[in-house]
Amino acid sequence: MYVAVKGGERAIDNAHAWLAEERRGDPSVPELSVAQIREQMRLAVNRVMAEGSLFDPDLAALAIKQSRGDLIEAVFLLRAYRTTLPRLASSHPVDTGAMAVDRRISATFKDLPGGQVLGPTFDYTHRLLDFKLAAEGTVPPAPQTATTAAPVPHVMDILNRDGLIEAATPDNTLPPDLTREPMELPAARALRLQAITRGDEGFILSMAYSTQRGYGRTHAFVGELRIGHVAVEVDIPELGFAVEIGEIELSECETVNQFSGSRTQPAQFTRGYGLVFGQSERKAIAMSLVDRALRWQELGEDFTGAPAQDEEFVLMHADNVQATGFLEHIKLPHYVDFQAELELVRRLRADAIALQEAAE
Amino acid sequence: MNDATPEPAYNFAYLDEQTKRMIRRAILKGIAVPGYQVPFASREMPMPYGWGTGGVQVTAACLVPEDRLKVIDQGADDTTNAVSIRRFFARTAGVATTTRTADATLIQTRHRIPETPLHAGQILVYQVPIPEPLRFLEPRETETRKMHELEEYGLMHVKLYEDIARHGQIATSYAYPVKVSGRYVMDPSPIPKFDNPKLSDSPAIQLFGAGREQRIYALPPYTKVVSLDFDDHPFTASKAAHVCDLCGARASYLDEVITDDLGGRMFVCSDTDFCTDRQAHGKRGRLSAPISGGAA
Repeated sequence: MYVAVKGGERAIDNAHAWLAEERRGDPSVPELSVAQIREQMRLAVNRVMAEGSLFDPDLAALAIKQSRGDLIEAVFLLRAYRTTLPRLASSHPVDTGAMAVDRRISATFKDLPGGQVLGPTFDYTHRLLDFKLAAEGTVPPAPQTATTAAPVPHVMDILNRDGLIEAATPDNTLPPDLTREPMELPAARALRLQAITRGDEGFILSMAYSTQRGYGRTHAFVGELRIGHVAVEVDIPELGFAVEIGEIELSECETVNQFSGSRTQPAQFTRGYGLVFGQSERKAIAMSLVDRALRWQELGEDFTGAPAQDEEFVLMHADNVQATGFLEHIKLPHYVDFQAELELVRRLRADAIALQEAAE
Repeated sequence: MNDATPEPAYNFAYLDEQTKRMIRRAILKGIAVPGYQVPFASREMPMPYGWGTGGVQVTAACLVPEDRLKVIDQGADDTTNAVSIRRFFARTAGVATTTRTADATLIQTRHRIPETPLHAGQILVYQVPIPEPLRFLEPRETETRKMHELEEYGLMHVKLYEDIARHGQIATSYAYPVKVSGRYVMDPSPIPKFDNPKLSDSPAIQLFGAGREQRIYALPPYTKVVSLDFDDHPFTASKAAHVCDLCGARASYLDEVITDDLGGRMFVCSDTDFCTDRQAHGKRGRLSAPISGGAA
């Protein structure tokens, strides 16, 4: 007899119980701790923090554990938690020029003030599976050297002195917050950058890649990529001055883009900008390319119809929590609508068959 | 029926008061301009986009402790997502819940309007996936907003006309576009077009929430809602040409249920409350259980 989706309540409870068991896996294998994920899966933690728009390595690690390693699910968990938090204050803009850099490279200059610092990178590793890791070997400590307190100026500021690159004039207006206000199009650059930095890494990567392959080409060089810690300062009204409340790790990428001038601008290099939580350099580089591609209008370039130039296309489809929700919701019951379609198709077929028969 | 005690760690109905105030402002604007899509700062909810986050936020903003909540999906109270959302509010708001349409003060729905006529004082909250009726004719939000501003709905009429030219009838069976108070063309959410006539002149407040798309719109009580059509091809509210096999109802929307792999099927009311109520009053269909009547 008719069962359909009866007993939904018990089914949900049982599904959750089974899920919890599957998440834990074989109980004879020791359980992962949140601290282990935070320390040893750090790049996953970084990605979850960046796309979750919440800098908290412990919560991100917990979300990864709870989501069984499904990073989009983890981003979703973190966002759903973030949305319940009160907004206490807006920080001062972080000063990435004063960053304590772990990594800082420029692809446009062989050497420069502050030097090239490779830092912990996969770049020059050979991608050979290391079977020693399977045996859980301990790692010998990396060689150390005393750090110099010498400043590490932005490469862009060096270029800027000659007027070779477009000036980036500081804008102290408080940027809109797309987690508190609905997205409005056309979006200002601040809002675009905000949407891209929390957008899906895979999507932003593909958009950036498409510009390199000719769909909205921007001729980008990595002027500078820097990764490290910056101080976060907040005004405390009771004190009347700003206080450092902590440090966050950031990846910042600035691209130098060839620009031969347009109707409105003289020939000059232009900028693309990427800033992402944690060591997330792929995302930071991709972000700076997409940012630059989206600036076509402001720089008087032509719209070639490339997806990466299309603000509405990029911004409306970058968010993986929105995308995955809408994609996956089609597995929810739709039998009422399907029934309506069924009736319609039957009616259309009946009409057509009647016409056919009449013709014969 | 009150399935749980409220969760003390969260504010009443989950959202903080500031957020609820922001949503209520959007709702009030929506009621003031019937059929107009009001942008609102949709929040991430603890269920995925596409599961009814817009409806859940509207419900959260409307709920008061005295409310009695009903949640349906596909017309049924016991589908998994309806159960999940009802539990969510039982847990975070501690409100009473019910499956009876007549007893509910607030009904959240996905894809149906209850068969039992609504009465004054009730609120019906729809979950909306794509609030923009013009979206599949014009993908750009910046363009469709302009079209609404200018009341430029020619494209929609052309689409409906092309349907008639090609199929002899308008080939839209759900999410059938309507015009509200002679002004805005509105997407009624993916309800079957059978339900469209119930949108008009309803004594209840009808609110529509689209979480992912960040839009809220509304129909105040007794608003004139007209399904788009042509004089020579008038709108018809269609359903399967059968009667309910459990309660014998002739005028309710039916689900088709495959009963075997030999082409056997039965038709039952999609509105489970309507169907069980009729059975409780002794109404019988072709396949109903002899006496107890507790089949669906």
